[in-house]
Amino acid sequence: MNESGPFHLGEDPMTPPAPRGVGHLRGDESFQTAARLALANSQLRRNIGKATGTIRAKRADVVGEVDDWEELREAGRALKASTMARLPELLTQLEDQVTAAGGTVHWARDAVEANTIVADVVRATGSDEVVKVKSMATQEIGLNEALADAGITAIETDLAELIVQLGDDAPSHILVPAIHRNRAEIREIFLRKMPGVDADLTDEPRRLAMAARAHLRRKFLSARVGVSGANFAVAETGTLSVVESEGNGRMCLTLPETLITVMGIEKLVPTWQDLEVFLQLLPRSSTGERMNPYTSMWTGVHPGDGPQEVHLVLLDNGRTAALADEVGRQALHCIRCSACLNVCPVYERTGGHAYGSVYPGPIGAILSPLLTGVEDNASLPFASSLCGACYDVCPVKINIPEVLVHLRARHVEERRATRIVPNAEELAMAAAGWVMADPRRYAAAQRAARPGRILAGGRDRIRALPPPLSAWTASRDAPKPPTETFRDWWVRTRGGAGGTA
Amino acid sequence: MRIALFATCLADTMFPDVAKATVRLLERLGHEVVFPLEQTCCGQMHVNTGYQREALPLVRRYVDVFEPFDAIVAPSGSCVGSIRHQHATVARNFGDDAVAERAEALAARSFELSELLVDVLGVVDVDAHFPHRVTYHPTCHSLRMLRVGDRPLQLLRAVAGIDLVELPAADECCGFGGTFAMKNADTSTAMLADKMHNVLATHAEFCSASDSSCLMHIGGGLSRLRTGVRTVHLAQILAGTENQPWEVPA
Ligand code: SF4
Repeated sequence: MNESGPFHLGEDPMTPPAPRGVGHLRGDESFQTAARLALANSQLRRNIGKATGTIRAKRADVVGEVDDWEELREAGRALKASTMARLPELLTQLEDQVTAAGGTVHWARDAVEANTIVADVVRATGSDEVVKVKSMATQEIGLNEALADAGITAIETDLAELIVQLGDDAPSHILVPAIHRNRAEIREIFLRKMPGVDADLTDEPRRLAMAARAHLRRKFLSARVGVSGANFAVAETGTLSVVESEGNGRMCLTLPETLITVMGIEKLVPTWQDLEVFLQLLPRSSTGERMNPYTSMWTGVHPGDGPQEVHLVLLDNGRTAALADEVGRQALHCIRCSACLNVCPVYERTGGHAYGSVYPGPIGAILSPLLTGVEDNASLPFASSLCGACYDVCPVKINIPEVLVHLRARHVEERRATRIVPNAEELAMAAAGWVMADPRRYAAAQRAARPGRILAGGRDRIRALPPPLSAWTASRDAPKPPTETFRDWWVRTRGGAGGTA
Repeated sequence: MRIALFATCLADTMFPDVAKATVRLLERLGHEVVFPLEQTCCGQMHVNTGYQREALPLVRRYVDVFEPFDAIVAPSGSCVGSIRHQHATVARNFGDDAVAERAEALAARSFELSELLVDVLGVVDVDAHFPHRVTYHPTCHSLRMLRVGDRPLQLLRAVAGIDLVELPAADECCGFGGTFAMKNADTSTAMLADKMHNVLATHAEFCSASDSSCLMHIGGGLSRLRTGVRTVHLAQILAGTENQPWEVPA
């Protein structure tokens, strides 16, 4: 365990990525393989298509109401960029402020350390149960599983997170973890897994919510330890903040005697006033609301009011490695609003599980490889058509397409550096590059492609190409090569006047 | 005006008619078109697949070939997107700051067809005639990398005889995405299916766009399903006039 203060951010070029074997940042299979399964599930596609379509429209409406939205986005981006530039200093300030207010700060280099810290704190309270506010950081490190190994039961109190937990399922969306489930499926999960549930439960949303509330109320009143993440931490004051819609979080944050917050080191803002920007950007981008229903803020311990023991675990888990990547580091600006998921045509069709990490969609396609090292999530940077819709909606202007292209290059370069014999793609790309680097070779290759007309048979389209191009003709006809290229036509009709300046 | 044509490797090799249409259109508008034969490819496929090392000579070539010209046009939003937003980065990634600077200067003079017509040449009505029902797919890179906005639609609205119908969910990606269509063929196909559904809902005879690559993808799907709907590049629509119709190939 490392409790020695801030890591040497940016100073060590060999900062380790998030370790393997713990947490949920890597899938068991490539995106392509996992996506194929998801695409075959028509129920899942309907559920996700409907949900993202609805929230997309809501977001567009409320964002349209704000005259200075573009200025706000730029302010958010600039604040995040300057925060990252002085992260060590600000983290130290945060630590000092939290400690001065009676809290305890822990530094966790990775998922293993963070899980151990939390389990030790819970064990010291003598409790074997914790109530949890929905938190991406604890999902990322697999805290629930680690606590279970330590004999501690973690109960998710966010409705969607509870559905996922009871269903022995994995979250598939940052904001709406059970987005892939419909009402009928939720009713079935509750009947099967919720102790003491009313056997006449219907799939009416109100009835489902009431069943969950009755179940959770018992837990809130008995639990002595709460575990949360944090949307923001204010370095200047040592204040932590959770933004939510249901109020369950507020119960977890105020009722238990002990509160443990696990927070990625990138989540901080320098001053209290900076919250002004993010508390406008976040709700409109995420739930399509003007303001979220509950914003909780707490600073250390207040005798006789709320938790009397407050812990903050500052989690690295690959973040300094991401910070060392000049183009990729902007992924750490993410405020987890999920707007990019909701506009992504790839996410909409495959759902979140195909990404193999707790961070799905466009942000997941860049953040997961940055945290784990590109080779551990090598298919993710390619899980995008680079349509750019994600960049347009991101409230902090993360240029996701730019990072995707950059990570693709990192992957190709790393593979090249470790392989002696190039694979088929490398050979094809190198050959195409060689041909296109020279107009004579290029023109010769164009002419060589012309016998491809034979593949069309008598038709004007090609219906089947040999592998690997068969991936194209599985669902699309291919054009028949023309009898004459444009270049040849130009030379023939314009007498080779290529035109010089 | 003297305009250099960057045909793009795809149009040059597979869709020469699109490049010919671009030439005829610009010449009809009274401009001189030159086609530097030393040109090859913008390198976008290499960059977007991660092969920046292989793209570097192509970036250098583009800069060397087109630098002497005041205006360059390409009938492709995505190739111009690459020229404008990737060329300098690629050069810089390999330490060639001189080429990066030249690429930046050149990017400002490289235009997608609708940009050239509306912004540089200042024309919206090009005297075209196309008596068909047409729907227009704006393509992601034109829309989001270049921000061409409604320039193509302005041009289309001025075409005589055209019955222009709005494409539902027009700004959603068709699923092509370069090598994405091969590497993630299943997802690409699912996206294509929805795009085709929307195209068919318009009852258009033609689906148009300003990128031969997206049209190759959409057209390949429409042909496979034997829908009877054909694809046509914006340049091909604009190239024909009442007296001299452009014959759109099958
Ligand atoms: S990348 Fe941007 S849009 Fe996506 S979740 Fe993060 S902040 Fe939201």
